[in-house]
Amino acid sequence: MSEECAVKKVTDITPEEVARVEEWINTEEYCEKNLAREAVVINPAHACQPLGAELVAHGFEGTLPFVHGSQGCASYYRSALTRHFREPAAAVADSMTEDGAVFGGQNNLHEGLENALKLYKPKMMAIFTSCMPEIIGDDLNAFIINARNAGIVPQDYPIPYANTPSFNGTHINGYDSMLKSVVSYLATDKKVEGKDNGKLNLIPGFDANTGNYREYKRICEEFGIPVNLLADISETFDSPLDGTYRTYPGGTPLEDAADSLNAHATLSMQLHATKETIKWFKSETEAPVEVMPSPIGVANTDAFLMKLSELFGKEVPASLKAERGRLVDAMTDAHQYLHNKKFAIWGDPDFLAGMISFLLEMGAKPYHVICSRGNKKVAKYLQALLDESVYGEGCKLWMNKDLWHLRSLVMTDPVDGLIGSTHGKFIARDANIPHIRLGFPILDRVNLHRVPYIGYQGTMNILTSVANTMLEEVDRTSDDAFFEMMR
Amino acid sequence: MENENSAVKAPIEGIEKKATEELIEKTLELYPEKARKKREPHMSANDPGVEGCTVKSNRKTVPGVMSARGCAYAGAKGVVWGPIRDMAHISHGPVGCGYYSWGTRRNLVDGHQGVDVFSAMQFTSDFQEKDVVYGGDKKLAKICEEVKELFPLAKGISVLSECPVGLIGDDINAVAKKSSKDLDLPVIPCNCEGFRGVSQSLGHHISNDSIRDYVIGTREFADEPTDYDIALIGDYNIGGDAWASKKILDELGLNVKAIWTGDGQIEHIAATHQVKLNLIHCYRSMNYMAKVMEEKWGIPWMEFNFFGPTKIAASLRAIAARFDQKIQDNAEKIIAKYTPKMQAIVDEYRPRLEGKRAMLFVGGLRPRHTIGAYEDLGLEIVGTGYEFAHNDDYDRTYEEMAKGTLIFDDASEIELETWAKEMKVDLVGSGVKEKYVFQKAGIPFRQMHSWDYSGPYHGYEGFPIFARDIDMAINSPTWGLVKAPF
Repeated sequence: MSEECAVKKVTDITPEEVARVEEWINTEEYCEKNLAREAVVINPAHACQPLGAELVAHGFEGTLPFVHGSQGCASYYRSALTRHFREPAAAVADSMTEDGAVFGGQNNLHEGLENALKLYKPKMMAIFTSCMPEIIGDDLNAFIINARNAGIVPQDYPIPYANTPSFNGTHINGYDSMLKSVVSYLATDKKVEGKDNGKLNLIPGFDANTGNYREYKRICEEFGIPVNLLADISETFDSPLDGTYRTYPGGTPLEDAADSLNAHATLSMQLHATKETIKWFKSETEAPVEVMPSPIGVANTDAFLMKLSELFGKEVPASLKAERGRLVDAMTDAHQYLHNKKFAIWGDPDFLAGMISFLLEMGAKPYHVICSRGNKKVAKYLQALLDESVYGEGCKLWMNKDLWHLRSLVMTDPVDGLIGSTHGKFIARDANIPHIRLGFPILDRVNLHRVPYIGYQGTMNILTSVANTMLEEVDRTSDDAFFEMMR
Repeated sequence: MENENSAVKAPIEGIEKKATEELIEKTLELYPEKARKKREPHMSANDPGVEGCTVKSNRKTVPGVMSARGCAYAGAKGVVWGPIRDMAHISHGPVGCGYYSWGTRRNLVDGHQGVDVFSAMQFTSDFQEKDVVYGGDKKLAKICEEVKELFPLAKGISVLSECPVGLIGDDINAVAKKSSKDLDLPVIPCNCEGFRGVSQSLGHHISNDSIRDYVIGTREFADEPTDYDIALIGDYNIGGDAWASKKILDELGLNVKAIWTGDGQIEHIAATHQVKLNLIHCYRSMNYMAKVMEEKWGIPWMEFNFFGPTKIAASLRAIAARFDQKIQDNAEKIIAKYTPKMQAIVDEYRPRLEGKRAMLFVGGLRPRHTIGAYEDLGLEIVGTGYEFAHNDDYDRTYEEMAKGTLIFDDASEIELETWAKEMKVDLVGSGVKEKYVFQKAGIPFRQMHSWDYSGPYHGYEGFPIFARDIDMAINSPTWGLVKAPF
């Protein structure tokens, strides 16, 4: 290029130009242009498959997540999880490089298995792929059989694996593939005819809030229902600081996972995130297998509790009824601060569904709903939720749009609050709209991954956070005359 | 700078070569035989007085270990290209690489995101299966058009290819060439697929190649050149580092015409061939470029170190020695002005930090460059190592470290754990993935890639912040709560 182009002088952008563009990107004209783009994705609200796969792997007892592919990918997933949870994420890669791309990754995999087994002594290794082996067509199944036959790992050592190409779907799909792989690996042939272990298999789905996992367990405990939480990361990513580092601080016991086909029932708490896993359960067991909307908001939590009640023949315990009453009391106390207020929300389909439900229950409007990757089925479902309520009128669902689209939308058609991950903070600043951090990832606030947002208690937490943020905004922006003691 | 320390460091009490060698032996026992053989050459007890120690580096990571390393893409996007503020950097390929590297390396920029700066944004082609099957070239051309239309003040576009792009054989170079012409905008391809090489380091190199081939020499500064024109090379403005460094250089009387690449501006970078001297901070990521500019444009270059008052003063004198008496006098004035201020910091913190032991494991510069700053505060560095250094980095490290201290390359997490425990360190300085491993074990930690969301640490502005942060890490009362009384 240096030969082809005449050398030009350095020109700095003038303040006038900056001012002009600053204004222009907030206009209807710009919004239209922005929404019309077809190729570039800017500030997406979704990650790639292997991240979900790694989250699953961390959720099983003594399990080492094992990335078959480039070490850089593994470093990225580990950092992403560590930054959100502020906890260690113990995972390895078999560090494929150029020669792996040419000759295939079997040598790397075999060496990696041998080393990881000796170094980190996992009870199980859950292997998932990053882009490179997917493109060159590595055959994980054959590689693992070869590893066993070569004595690199014992014949009966558990190595579930999942293909998680990053160029297909999102972290949610990776979550599903790995979960199905782990559970089917452990539980296949462990079904005993006529056996009912009395437990509930509960599948939270891609959920990066350790508080939610604890809340699921607490709710089941209140019911007296023994629960087998599948891919339980509550200890893994919320382990105590007591002077001892543990590589595997938590996770679903492998025995419990292996017994999951003998459960009394199976419930997935995300409608759109664990399809393959649910399909597998349905094909393998006659016990009830059901999918519920995430229990965010009163109605969704009611449905969850009634389902538990129905499946296990137990009354909803008085303690939870009282919790419901307290939540409704709090919602009624706070409704005037949220009524008809408009919100923009972004994230995974099931998170969005839950937030839509909660906001509509408060008489608030989920005004811009941004789903950065989803299919027609998801769109139809979310639209139906909006259509069910008068407060959903005029609200807009934006499928396969990103946070740069959202910026344009709130600039031209503003809302009162933003609800979503840290990545929305630039929009909040530019548009001067308060931002309530919920979802994944939360990189700039502490402890929010420990505050549950499911169930009655979790909904109370959302309410507290949203309503007080709106009140804070009233105080922050009010004139002296209206700066009052009581709100 | 490095030769000024050629005197062998004073020994650290309780650190002996033999004991360190025994510790290395013990650590290697953790591995299976083949991996043990691979890891063995990468760690050594320092013996600078004799023949230096020999640590092998820039080799493939052993499969199946928890390595801290990233990939070529990480080096290109996260380190070299990403901080250039006035360009759109396209992560070309699937969504993940761009998503995970989004805003996580704290190269601060000045300006309005989406208007005249774009560093804190994530541009991706978000490859889907069809892009892998049919190729992503057409999509890339379209992306460039859309970027130009939506971001008219963008001064250029970089295209950073992720693994699939290279594997399916897309020709981003051809697309970039055509788009550049069609859009009358620099569109610069960087073939930095993550599978290339063994670490981030190759990504730096590939990026430098692309800057050499497509950028440098394509612009000239508008104002008249002076004898004091310099470029600041290898400062990525983590937590404002480059701004802190620039302040000192300004005060010295030098004109910092371009910064590579923290808060960087592509046209200024393109005109760097006009400066009189390149000052290089991060030697690992940018030495190659300094050499290229020396060969092609005859620009001399020198290393310098702005961590801690001792090194700053030595660096200022060495830099000033390249210029006239006026600059040399300025250097002495600056040192005289700041020495009492820095001494006050040392007086405040040193009593609480004297004799504390630290172990470092960072990227390609800080494991040696920050040692002086720790020592100014009275800490002792008992072990140091790099994620992605080369031989010349180790050559520069041996003399910074006391005899018998541990020097290591591409350490795995289990090695670091073992060493921190056995050497009874009071502080570990490393990356985010390592941070909580040590904190769970009750060992204070500072994240030294990102300054743990603090900074700057460079220059006179940085040292008080560094001192406060190290004191805060080690002496936080929270550590006293780790063991329950029951």
